[in-house]
Amino acid sequence: MDQCAKQHAIRVETLTKRYGTARSGEVTAVDGISFTVAAGSVTGLLGGNGAGKTTTISMLLGLLLPTSGTMEVLGVDMVRHRHAALPRMNFSSPYVELPHRLTVRENLTVYGHLYGLKGVKRRVEELAEHLELTRFLERPSGGLSAGQKTRVALAKALLNRPELLLLDEPTASLDPDTADWIRTYLERYRNESGATILLASHNMLEVERMCDDVLMMRQGRIVDRGSPAGLLARYGRTSLEDVFLDIARDRANGEDARREAADAAE
Amino acid sequence: MLPSDAAAMVHANPAFSLRRVGAMVLRYWYLLRGSWPRFLELAYWPTMQMILWGYINQFMASSSAWVAQGAGVLVSAVLLWDVLFRGQLGVSVSFLEEMWSRNLGHLFVSPLRPGEWVAALFGMSLIRTVIGVVPAALLAIPLFGYSLFDLGLPLAGFFANLIVFGWSLGLVIVALILRYGMGAEGLAWIVVFMLAPVSAVYYPVSVLPGWLQWVALSLPSAHVFEGMRAILFDGTMRWDHLAWAVGLNALFMGLCTAAFLYSFHQARVRGALLQTGE
Repeated sequence: MDQCAKQHAIRVETLTKRYGTARSGEVTAVDGISFTVAAGSVTGLLGGNGAGKTTTISMLLGLLLPTSGTMEVLGVDMVRHRHAALPRMNFSSPYVELPHRLTVRENLTVYGHLYGLKGVKRRVEELAEHLELTRFLERPSGGLSAGQKTRVALAKALLNRPELLLLDEPTASLDPDTADWIRTYLERYRNESGATILLASHNMLEVERMCDDVLMMRQGRIVDRGSPAGLLARYGRTSLEDVFLDIARDRANGEDARREAADAAE
Repeated sequence: MLPSDAAAMVHANPAFSLRRVGAMVLRYWYLLRGSWPRFLELAYWPTMQMILWGYINQFMASSSAWVAQGAGVLVSAVLLWDVLFRGQLGVSVSFLEEMWSRNLGHLFVSPLRPGEWVAALFGMSLIRTVIGVVPAALLAIPLFGYSLFDLGLPLAGFFANLIVFGWSLGLVIVALILRYGMGAEGLAWIVVFMLAPVSAVYYPVSVLPGWLQWVALSLPSAHVFEGMRAILFDGTMRWDHLAWAVGLNALFMGLCTAAFLYSFHQARVRGALLQTGE
């Protein structure tokens, strides 16, 4: 692994995704973005609906092929050699549920074997204990509450102790107590493992609390990046939500902020 | 635990892993064993078909010289036809389970490779076919005094060729559903029946018009059923039919695998692996 791969868990260069054809009409979902994510950091990916967050994450996971550009994840070219990186990363989204008819134990066991774990049974029980799922292990996954399903999804995402965790709105539709519990668990996991987390979220408080770095997306482009504190200072705002609205509505607070934002994005 | 320690808790990551194939078979097995109606359904239809054709066979044996010459020809035909049908359905239904549960996104961010998934679909198809057809074949012995197993060793060749042809059809159906979405789901239940008339299941290929005989003889299934009748009527093993069935199967499997891989690649281009579902 070269020095750059050690420093950056993710390195993306002019990544573009277009859907459709010139004849049927093209839609550019991601428009030539370039960014890096530092190893061991928690990085937020923010943007309105249709900004290109999920498309970007799908490409980083290897589920979606880019139209052009390059991306390295954990030092691996994800277009050509994604199978070298996939055992070292994982993914969770409340919008991609695990099979409903399998029990929690069955789902986690299947994924434990898919990730090639040694001692799958022990690992499943260990995670169930950590995530307070032990009493739900024999229940069908489809019969759980939203909070329980999120914890099961997180258990699946942590089975292989990933070096890189991609999370798509990990606390969407959860009550504040459960959401706080999930955030605390993720923070502890990052602190103990040194893993990198890339987090797409619409919850600005979550991003302010968890993220070291934030990438702001609009219309398929990265329009700004910085630490939550840095963004607040640059836009002269007291909450990240106001910064989000400034960017989403293209009303940077003054020409200086606009210029600085452009410089930071580069 | 540091990520470097995590490497110690996983097995190696080979290009083709039987462990991952086994994990997927386990996933489908969990589904099957969790629902007794599904289990029962597997054996129900082949058994009903066998009983129906068994009585037709008994009646025809007393009124048709052709059927009378080949003991159990119609029962053998229906049971072997079910091997083809169940083989195809075993692949398609296991695939559809992933579509219904929108699980493809999770599967293909794991180290699972398409070839391993296909191997698991084939493995599960074999299990489902055995569960469905073997009880019906055993029941035919006391009910009609006819044992499919009397075909002897050639039965293994017939079984293998029919199930492999079923797998090829299953792969094409998977490719079509990946391309056209759940609107193409119905193909899983009907495609195989398009081939029934030209597979010459219950009658010889010679019954068909000349031009259709060529169509029939381009399918592995027609060669299997011709070979089956040669054993039942003449007591001879037609190696030429078996060789044609094997060769055609190799060709169909190659073409259908290429169609599947192309469709899978296109699904990654269109983002369908994450979005496709009910």
